[in-house]
Amino acid sequence: MISNRLFNIIVPFASVFIGLIAGAIIMLIYGYSPIEGYKALWNGAFGDAYFFGETIRQVTPYIFTGLAVAFAFRAGLFNIGAEGQVFAGWLAAVWIGTSFDLPIFIHLPLAVIVAALAGAVIAFIPGLLKARLGVHEVIVTIMFNYIVLYSANSIIRNVLTDSADKTEKIAPTASLQSEWLQGLTDYSRMHYGIVLALLAVFVMWFIMEKTTIGYEIRSVGYNRHASEYAGMKVSKNIILAMVISGAFAGLAGSMEGLGTFGNMSIQSGFTNLGFDGIAVALLGANRAIGVVFAAILFGALKVGALNMPTDAGVPSELVDVIIAFIIFFVASSYLIRLIILRFQKGEK
Amino acid sequence: MVDILNAIIPAALFFSAPLIFTALGGVFSERSGVVNIGLEGLMVMGAFVGIVFNLTFAETLGPWTPWLSMLVAMVVSGLFAIIHAIATVSLRADHVVSGIAINFLALGLGVFLTKQWYEKGQTDMISKPFYTKTIPLLSDIPVIGTIFFKGVYLTSYIAIILAFVAWYVLYKTPFGLRLRAVGEHPMAADTNGINVYRMRYIAVIISGMLGGLGGSVFAMTIALNFSATTIAGQGFMALAAVIFGKWHPLGAMGAALFFGFAQSLSVISSGVPILADVPQVYLSIAPYVLTVLALAGFIGRAEAPKALGDPYIKGTR
Repeated sequence: MISNRLFNIIVPFASVFIGLIAGAIIMLIYGYSPIEGYKALWNGAFGDAYFFGETIRQVTPYIFTGLAVAFAFRAGLFNIGAEGQVFAGWLAAVWIGTSFDLPIFIHLPLAVIVAALAGAVIAFIPGLLKARLGVHEVIVTIMFNYIVLYSANSIIRNVLTDSADKTEKIAPTASLQSEWLQGLTDYSRMHYGIVLALLAVFVMWFIMEKTTIGYEIRSVGYNRHASEYAGMKVSKNIILAMVISGAFAGLAGSMEGLGTFGNMSIQSGFTNLGFDGIAVALLGANRAIGVVFAAILFGALKVGALNMPTDAGVPSELVDVIIAFIIFFVASSYLIRLIILRFQKGEK
Repeated sequence: MVDILNAIIPAALFFSAPLIFTALGGVFSERSGVVNIGLEGLMVMGAFVGIVFNLTFAETLGPWTPWLSMLVAMVVSGLFAIIHAIATVSLRADHVVSGIAINFLALGLGVFLTKQWYEKGQTDMISKPFYTKTIPLLSDIPVIGTIFFKGVYLTSYIAIILAFVAWYVLYKTPFGLRLRAVGEHPMAADTNGINVYRMRYIAVIISGMLGGLGGSVFAMTIALNFSATTIAGQGFMALAAVIFGKWHPLGAMGAALFFGFAQSLSVISSGVPILADVPQVYLSIAPYVLTVLALAGFIGRAEAPKALGDPYIKGTR
């Protein structure tokens, strides 16, 4: 019998493999060369310094949203609301960034912290409803996504600007953008956020594995009733897990606001950072370090995809299909387990 | 007053129809115990297939084009939903995750094929959309006639009739009883000889068909073409309607009508004196806020089917 630990490693690799095969089959059906397609994808992600910088730029918020979803998952909660929390963080960061004039060592940390708080506040309500009333967090967080989306647009239009479609640029003292990193990567939009992202990975690992809070959150995730019986405050832990999760998502928003764009414009739909974060967390098996690798994979896929139409003529949406397949197979790990069992029987 | 109703009601019906269809699909799936976050994706699929079929066969089929496009979209989305059924019912995948994958897949495939076939990000506008109809006789009734039966879309009435059909099927037939039993207590249902897996497959396929119907109706009455942003949140709004309607077909229809009404208000509010001063954002977020309040128990208690989201594994207790 194959060990659970090994199985947990096989599943993500097998899923990515099957996802890429599916992509190759689709390319073949429509008369493209999969080799050319994937070469374009690879070159678009890592081909030169510019693409590499852009990939890192995309990986940065993915790490944060991946951590957000993974953190809640460990407590047995499904935070689909990362999407809305990203918006809240983005808006808050830009708000602070545009409306104050402070020295950089106060302004930048303030903008980042307020973004985390904004995400945390948005996640607090679903957490509270779940803990106190047992309302399923999935639905509440979905509803909050839309509430935040429309509210953010309205705030941009009516509060931050005078009916304009986007806010002003943030002050340089609140910016994460770095001429040094941009110069290094041929003027990509890479920024210092990646440092914060890696720091956040360490924070998540530390909270989860080394503190009482993390222990209790994991315990609640495994078995709510046993945790209650052991004297833990289940509702406190549920709320805490959602709040920390929301804070991570809010930080992802600050990466967009303070790093990539430097402002916020009216959005007709979602950025998908939150939904992609779910894929990142799942593929990373909800572990901090796993999230890093999964974020790199999805960041590379997303950025590399943009090069596929020019280099190989393949529409970039193929990558969304590949990602969908990867999610399916990670979720349907039972199938992979069945296949492994079949193979083992065959060997005997 | 009559003038205001004359402006509001046809618009509300117009915006509600896709929501009603899709929400009914959600009711079927969720009543059988399968969470369907994929309604959005099923609508995307329906919209895509409906538009492509309409564009391709508009010449040959003439006035029947939108109706046939609608049927084809329904069938294709029903088949597409089988993926969700396989993942959730047979492979015990997390329902929410599988639903998200459905959303990604539908949008990815739809836009990929659009670029493949039309060589641009969106299709052309369709030449044979649904048109408003004036229903003979009924529209001659004083006051009510002009409000409800003049310049309306037949699809809106089909949606409302279908809600009653869904209610009848779910609450008055053995099939409906079985479907609900599977969602409340699959083991008890299994013990009574009901094939849990088959019932759930059927329910998910029905939800796919209705979601496809909703998507295609949206595309052929409101959007009139297909692009990545054609369906932007209507599926999730339909899901909200399912819950706000307490997982009941007629409740879901009522909720969908109300949400459609809220949507139409944000479109026509400038023409209505009382509403002109209400900031649009309140109308936009109203459906979602109300759903959260309903879930929190402020507007009656919304009780989900007992086994919602649980995979059924034979032999476990």
